Amino acid sequence: MTIELPVPSANADSQPYWAAAREDRLVLQKCSDCGAYRFYPRYLCPDCWSENADWVDVSGRGTVHSFTIVARAPLPAFREKVPYVVAIIDLAEGPRMITNIVGDDALGVAIGDPVAVTFETRADGFKLPQFQRALETAQ
Amino acid sequence: MNPSDMKNKVAIVGVGESDIGKVPNMTGLGLNAQAAKRALDDAGLKPGDVDGLLTAYSMTEPYFMLGSVLCEYLGMTPRLNASMVVGGATPGVMLKSAAQAIASGQADTILVTAGENRATGVSRDQAVQNLTAVGHPYFEHPYGPTIPSFYAMIAARHMHEYGTTREQMAAVAVNARNHALLHPNAHMKTAITVEDVLTSKSISDPLNMLDCCLISDAGGAFVVTSAERARDLAADPAYLLGIGEYHTHEHLTCAPSLTHFGAEQSGGTAFQMAGLGPADIDVAELYDCFSIVPIIELEEMGLCEPGAGGTYFEAGHAAVGGGHVPINTHGGMMSHAHAGAAGGLFAIVEAVRQLRGVCGQRQVTNAEVALVHVEGGIMSSHCTAILANQPG
Repeated sequence: MTIELPVPSANADSQPYWAAAREDRLVLQKCSDCGAYRFYPRYLCPDCWSENADWVDVSGRGTVHSFTIVARAPLPAFREKVPYVVAIIDLAEGPRMITNIVGDDALGVAIGDPVAVTFETRADGFKLPQFQRALETAQ
Repeated sequence: MNPSDMKNKVAIVGVGESDIGKVPNMTGLGLNAQAAKRALDDAGLKPGDVDGLLTAYSMTEPYFMLGSVLCEYLGMTPRLNASMVVGGATPGVMLKSAAQAIASGQADTILVTAGENRATGVSRDQAVQNLTAVGHPYFEHPYGPTIPSFYAMIAARHMHEYGTTREQMAAVAVNARNHALLHPNAHMKTAITVEDVLTSKSISDPLNMLDCCLISDAGGAFVVTSAERARDLAADPAYLLGIGEYHTHEHLTCAPSLTHFGAEQSGGTAFQMAGLGPADIDVAELYDCFSIVPIIELEEMGLCEPGAGGTYFEAGHAAVGGGHVPINTHGGMMSHAHAGAAGGLFAIVEAVRQLRGVCGQRQVTNAEVALVHVEGGIMSSHCTAILANQPG
């Protein structure tokens, strides 16, 4: 029996983020006062403590800052996926996020590789932003 | 109270370790109690002499108010008690809290303990799953990271920026093991080579099994009192000269950098309070949950140049008798013991013993000033302490 991969719960901070992902859109909060993008979602700007922010569509482009190939999975659901790539990427807009690198060439990933967002469907139509290498498919 | 008001005012006067390794006949609370009893015996004190207790957290026995439970278990009714949670940095922060309380007259003698039965109290799979609590539940867990995978990304970035190699990281593990073989209570009893580390099972590339800390049953304890009181006690006191902490993030995506962390600031605060610098350190016990970590901490403490941490270990400088500052003389968390906050607490225990000069074959010659660095989370929370066998 396949154990389903974990699906995050949306909460008051993150609901717009996960709702946009269901529409294949990557959105970030952008501070209306100092202009800083932030990730993960939160009530106030960690740079200037402004309570004003807009959810904006971002490019979905980024660069691999570092990565690892996981050989020992944390949960039974991930065991059939090993080896898989967990990466920290620098989004073009500034913030960093954790992602998997997905796609047939994922295990060949290197620091500095350009990546582009894609969306992985999990249980109940939930969609998770994921990134794939964008070496030769730059749009 | 200025931080410098604490300098020379308090001392560690007793240290204790529980039985270590696989200890299936004992609970986590029992391991804490055994270590506490040994620490009080070491100090020549009785339970009634203690009026404060600080402890950390337990993943195997997750009581909501662990500090209160431990006091009850030990039959103590102190006027100061707390359970503190700053991950692996907790033992350092507990030492700082104890020092502040004693220096300001809120307690006379404080017992500090930590320990868990992580090896036999839960299954290995459950232990790994419990530790995923360190990652973000919504923005990290869905991608299947592990604690080793976060540290692996730190290692990969250090390799990318400085040319640090897997062989250099393996040398950290071998150094720890060589020292553990000289420690009668260490979990690991057999020698390893760099080749053994490089060929051990991959956990999260570039970290292999032997690049990772142990999962032990272990408890540790130390006793803090005023420098004045310390002079009348059985054991040679280790005086607190400097201590500092610094916190930059919890989740690695929010870290300001993957190669520079808050250890530099916590170390700077400790050195400033002590009025000392890296050249004054005789022995250093550095938190070593993964082989990359002491390399970075060595650099951040100023004990070597940025990027030169790997070379330091590979060249054998970290060994007792290696002609430089020996690192992790008890074997660290990679070879002596790791059980929650007890892992870093043993670094304090070892520093005290080195300053007393009682470490036998692993004794650092003329060890007068020791540095301890502990960190929690994913290089998130840092605490550095400087101890000495004389007031500074």
